[in-house]
Amino acid sequence: MNKLFSCLILLVILLSLPLATHARGANIEINTPAITKLKQSMQQRHGQLASHYASGAIGLTGDGLIAMRDANVLPLAQRQPVNALIAAENQDRNALYQEIASANNHPEWEKDIRATFSQRWISLAKSGWWYQAANGAWAKK
Amino acid sequence: MRNVSLYPGFLSLVSISLTACVTINIYFPAAAAEKAADKIIEEVWQLDDAEKNGQGAEETHSDNQPTY
Repeated sequence: MNKLFSCLILLVILLSLPLATHARGANIEINTPAITKLKQSMQQRHGQLASHYASGAIGLTGDGLIAMRDANVLPLAQRQPVNALIAAENQDRNALYQEIASANNHPEWEKDIRATFSQRWISLAKSGWWYQAANGAWAKK
Repeated sequence: MRNVSLYPGFLSLVSISLTACVTINIYFPAAAAEKAADKIIEEVWQLDDAEKNGQGAEETHSDNQPTY
């Protein structure tokens, strides 16, 4: 009787297991303090970057980062500060991809996460912004 | 003791659940990653609902898909 009871419990738990693991496997964790901090830092910086996306000075690269696309649209005095903004933004973006991968206990997912972000940055970019197409050439959205 | 007969059950349960987690999570959850990316990008770029129309419908569908 005792054995039958424990077998029954085990059976019920085993049957419900796939449901629990499914829900777990299908989610991506993005609510960690490190990710929130990176998001805030990037959101703040975006105020300074937005006009440069629109002017075409900066473009979205194919590897989930940003780059100086055409320095000629900037006055000479602005080029250095904009370059510094780009470097800081790319540092945050690289850290973000790495953080998401490790927050999900899969550091090796970093490449997949970067590829996903690269696509989504470009998909959500406003029209008139520049991005790097698959062949590496700059294209205007 | 009543608990003794439960031990083998719990041991196998633990080992099975561990392997289940590993096998399921090996595959990159592309749909979930896309949703997560959209959420972060919308926050960073402060996109309004008006600017991301069309995205919502796509997202709700991926929720119901019986992936693996």
